Amino acid sequence: MATELRSPLPGTFYRKPSPDADPFVADGATVAEGDVIGLVEVMKTFHEVKAEAGGANIAFQIENESPVMAGAVIAVVE
Amino acid sequence: MSGAVDPAGKALFIANRGEIAVRINRAAKALGMEVVQAHSDADADMLAVRLADRAVNVGPAPAKQSYLDVDRMVAAAVEAGADAVHPGYGFLAENARFADAVEAAGMRFVGPTGDTISRMGDKVAAREAAQAAKVPTVPGSDGRVADDAALAEVAARVGFPVMVKAAAGGGGRGIRVAEDSEELARLAPQARAEAEAAFGDGGLYVERLVRDARHVEVQVMGDGARAIHVFERECSLQRRRQKVWEEAPAFGLREEVRQALCSASVRLAEAVSYRGAGTLEYLYDPRTEEYFFLEMNTRIQVEHPVTEMVTGVDLVAEMIRIAFGAPLSLRQEDVRLTGHAIEARVNAEDPSKGFMPFPGVCSGLEVPEGVRFDTMLYDGYAIPPFYDSLIGKLIVHAETREAALAAMREAVAATRIGGLPTTLPLHAALAADPDVAAGRIHTQFLEPWLEANPIGPA
Repeated sequence: MATELRSPLPGTFYRKPSPDADPFVADGATVAEGDVIGLVEVMKTFHEVKAEAGGANIAFQIENESPVMAGAVIAVVE
Repeated sequence: MSGAVDPAGKALFIANRGEIAVRINRAAKALGMEVVQAHSDADADMLAVRLADRAVNVGPAPAKQSYLDVDRMVAAAVEAGADAVHPGYGFLAENARFADAVEAAGMRFVGPTGDTISRMGDKVAAREAAQAAKVPTVPGSDGRVADDAALAEVAARVGFPVMVKAAAGGGGRGIRVAEDSEELARLAPQARAEAEAAFGDGGLYVERLVRDARHVEVQVMGDGARAIHVFERECSLQRRRQKVWEEAPAFGLREEVRQALCSASVRLAEAVSYRGAGTLEYLYDPRTEEYFFLEMNTRIQVEHPVTEMVTGVDLVAEMIRIAFGAPLSLRQEDVRLTGHAIEARVNAEDPSKGFMPFPGVCSGLEVPEGVRFDTMLYDGYAIPPFYDSLIGKLIVHAETREAALAAMREAVAATRIGGLPTTLPLHAALAADPDVAAGRIHTQFLEPWLEANPIGPA
């Protein structure tokens, strides 16, 4: 069953801690509850997005450096 | 100067957003110009778009893909048939490549030349220019320090405590304070790594740390040949190195000190053939009455209104006229100080929750009669989460500083911004604080003060 991981905040979503770094989580990876899966920048402050649930084969629904709304689905895990 | 063109009827492209876009719009309209407003996908309903004659979408919400995209912004201005481009502050305002590209495309850049931006944007080059103009600088290394051994040598000569900074830096990144040589040896590699990561340039310089210093800055205006000062501002109340409250003039300066400080600033502006509005930032040591040049900001500043209030000079209109080739409209002796002004920056942040940003929907906006409020707010406006949290600037002007503080207390109490928490409660507290009233403030004042005086929910 698929589980949706949502953004707690509106802003700009980042998959990487810095532009040259690797993503927090690679496509298809397995994540545990509480793992950091990205950052949301709200008015120039950065907030970690933690997986609300664990799961396998993560599929991101939002691209790096794209806008997100609060409650938007960032990724889906199985 | 020959070749001055009347801005009336010309098209001004505003390459910015928020309250400063509204402010520039007001100046441009007063000059009879047509206003073309740039906006991202997230800003289609912002106030500056509503007030503009035309609006142009310059890309997606993230600033990197819109307001920070040089090529896209220049192409949009060209396509809009703009005669001039005003960069505001932040975004591309101090980007030399942008200034050059605007002029290469046949438009006027409302600001200095790309060369001046490059030169004054490099802290080391700016310091060298200041020294050449006999403007005092903080004792420290003359330029970049080759390696950690040279850093230790200079630090010992200058005297501890010292501050190590990124040569290409800004926003507090790459800055470390060392109390002694051991601490310096430990912190210098960190500063170098941080500077390298943030700016792609690990160059460092070192200087004496002046404790309990105030941040005092001088507004200058130049036409490329002649420069004047428009007196100074006091901006010591800062949180995370961001100014939250500014005043003009700086309180407690003896007239001789003020004159020396302002004349030094004019010397430097003229030495670099400065064009447009600029600000020279200084550390001021109130005990010794020494001032040390820190850096120059080659743009209009957020806090420019306090200067406008105490001098009556419309800085934004003047910089536009100068961009169209006009000489300075004022002689130095025409610029006079009247009374005292204070600006409170109102941010969409919750001061009772660690200043957490809160991009809400504005409702029930009320601003007291007779108070200047530079803002992009209107009832029903949804503040986008993508940009700075500054939503307005409450500006008061009175005969004395004491009267201005009282006016600020009244203005804050009578201002209503519904729908979101703001930093107004912080300003109510600052305007009533005895240390602020007595002028016992410095750049490290506000953060410990907030620890001791937490702001409750509004």
